[in-house]
Amino acid sequence: MTNCQQASDTRGLRPNLAVEIAGIKLKNPVMPASGTFGYGEEYAPFLDLNNLGAIVTKGLSLRPKAGNPTPRIAETTSGMLNAIGLQNVGVDDFIKYKLPFLREINTPTIVNFFGNTLEEYGEVARRLSDIPEVAGVELNISCPNVKQGGIVFGTDPKAAAEVVTLVRRNLDKPLIVKLTPNVTDITVVARAVAEAGADAISCINTLTGMAVDVRTRRPRLANRTGGLSGPAIRPIAVRLVHQVVQAVQIPVIGIGGIARAEDALEFLIVGATAVQVGTANFVDPSAMQTIIDDLEQFCVKEGIGDIHELIGSLKL
Amino acid sequence: MKNYKTMVLSNQEISPGYYRMRILAPDIGTTARPGQFIMFRVQMSMPSMLRRPFGIFRTGFLAPDCVGLPPREYLEILYKVVGQGTGIMSELHAGDRVEVLGPLGKGFDPGNPGEEKILVGGGIGLVPLFMLASELVKTGSVRLLMGGRTRDDILAVTEFERLGVETYVSTDDGSLGEEGLVTQVLVRKLDKYPHASVYACGPMPMLEAVQLICAARNVPLQISLEALMACGVGACLGCVVKGAGHSEQNPRYLCSCKEGPVFRSEQLDWSRLGEEAGYCEGCKI
Repeated sequence: MTNCQQASDTRGLRPNLAVEIAGIKLKNPVMPASGTFGYGEEYAPFLDLNNLGAIVTKGLSLRPKAGNPTPRIAETTSGMLNAIGLQNVGVDDFIKYKLPFLREINTPTIVNFFGNTLEEYGEVARRLSDIPEVAGVELNISCPNVKQGGIVFGTDPKAAAEVVTLVRRNLDKPLIVKLTPNVTDITVVARAVAEAGADAISCINTLTGMAVDVRTRRPRLANRTGGLSGPAIRPIAVRLVHQVVQAVQIPVIGIGGIARAEDALEFLIVGATAVQVGTANFVDPSAMQTIIDDLEQFCVKEGIGDIHELIGSLKL
Repeated sequence: MKNYKTMVLSNQEISPGYYRMRILAPDIGTTARPGQFIMFRVQMSMPSMLRRPFGIFRTGFLAPDCVGLPPREYLEILYKVVGQGTGIMSELHAGDRVEVLGPLGKGFDPGNPGEEKILVGGGIGLVPLFMLASELVKTGSVRLLMGGRTRDDILAVTEFERLGVETYVSTDDGSLGEEGLVTQVLVRKLDKYPHASVYACGPMPMLEAVQLICAARNVPLQISLEALMACGVGACLGCVVKGAGHSEQNPRYLCSCKEGPVFRSEQLDWSRLGEEAGYCEGCKI
């Protein structure tokens, strides 16, 4: 950080890291991935939340949700499997008990949410639409760990379009749709949600995986399968973001195994406007601060004045 | 609660497969409460490996390097090598850089001074009981019932004795102390001291047995749980256990990391604790 500031001082200005996603102004392109950062307050002791591009909440549903039986997590090589099952406090308790904390932070709050049914998606959207502190929403149609609540909508382009259309109608806010990689061709779903009115796409959610305890011969997760995240999935995520960026006109937020600034840069270069950091928050609770600092330092070293010079700059 | 970039002071095998690591720990030494834990970052170079939770065994002060400087705080963890993470840890040396997040979680409630206290430790489960014992001996008599499979699983007993704790050792194979389960000793002690409070940490079958014994006698029980964790701060919801009164319609999950790892026995849904819990018996990963 010190080096970086000195370097930028000699050039007279610091690189501009600010980006905009569907009208949401971000100080920099770095934000947490839903489900890895609680409701923000859990990480307040470890980094200044005011420095983040945005805060993305744990996925919310109409009513509180219990989640899956345990064990819910298992570590695998360069990653982890999770099957939390979307445990959350519910949208009303979020607004009542969790949002007041976020209101005091000078960083846009993006609320991730899902529904068990089409109607529930619509209802949660309606309840969030009136809340001024919610800068935008991220629609989860991609959780692999519960039958309802996502993936049934996210793997079928028609169903995906239907839920996006409904939410769009009920919501007067920027709408980001989070896509699953567990499909044959992600660009088909990406085009479908873009045409249905999504303002941005975030991808990817976790890849469905499984691990077995060879001694007990049982699955290591009670849910049998779970979502794989962490550095293990990054090359797959970069490829999918690259494909989605080419398929749609709306901004894309890249997610998948980002732990360092270089990882984030890969996504930006293939065309993501911003990135989300997930599993890395568990390993290092201040990972996002380090990534932001190192992004700035990279720009200084490379003589880049604005992060937009990097976004979509892939040479083919 | 902070993330400390710090270093290893020593790391020694104290019994086959069990290690004691001393880490320089500014602040944690004086702020940690008995029963709290740390998240230890095993690997600094690669960002992929999750942290491992470890109960704090004890904290203390080292003499300063030279006159006039404040004493340096340290903390100690005891751990069993059970997998890749703890395997890497066992090869760390004095001076190696490590990262420690803590102190985390809710610790033990010391209870009423003067009352009889019985601590029950199974294997590596004795770790969080040492700091507790150091505090409890100041106000009353403390007994430690320590169980393990063999003599190799019985750790740090002399250190408890040095505190003035009366210790009773039992092993499954009789290789040290009495032959049999630690819970048999507990029953005898509770016959003698029916008004004692019990504090326990160890493998799930032991905790379940201790819970049944204490519930039948109306003896207050606090237990420290071990769980698979990713974050340690209440964000990932990976380490939850079912609380008392839990049902599908009215879910009551408690985070082991934030609402625990120490729970009063009546906070938990014991009927399904053992069958579903992701206890790792010293972190299997």
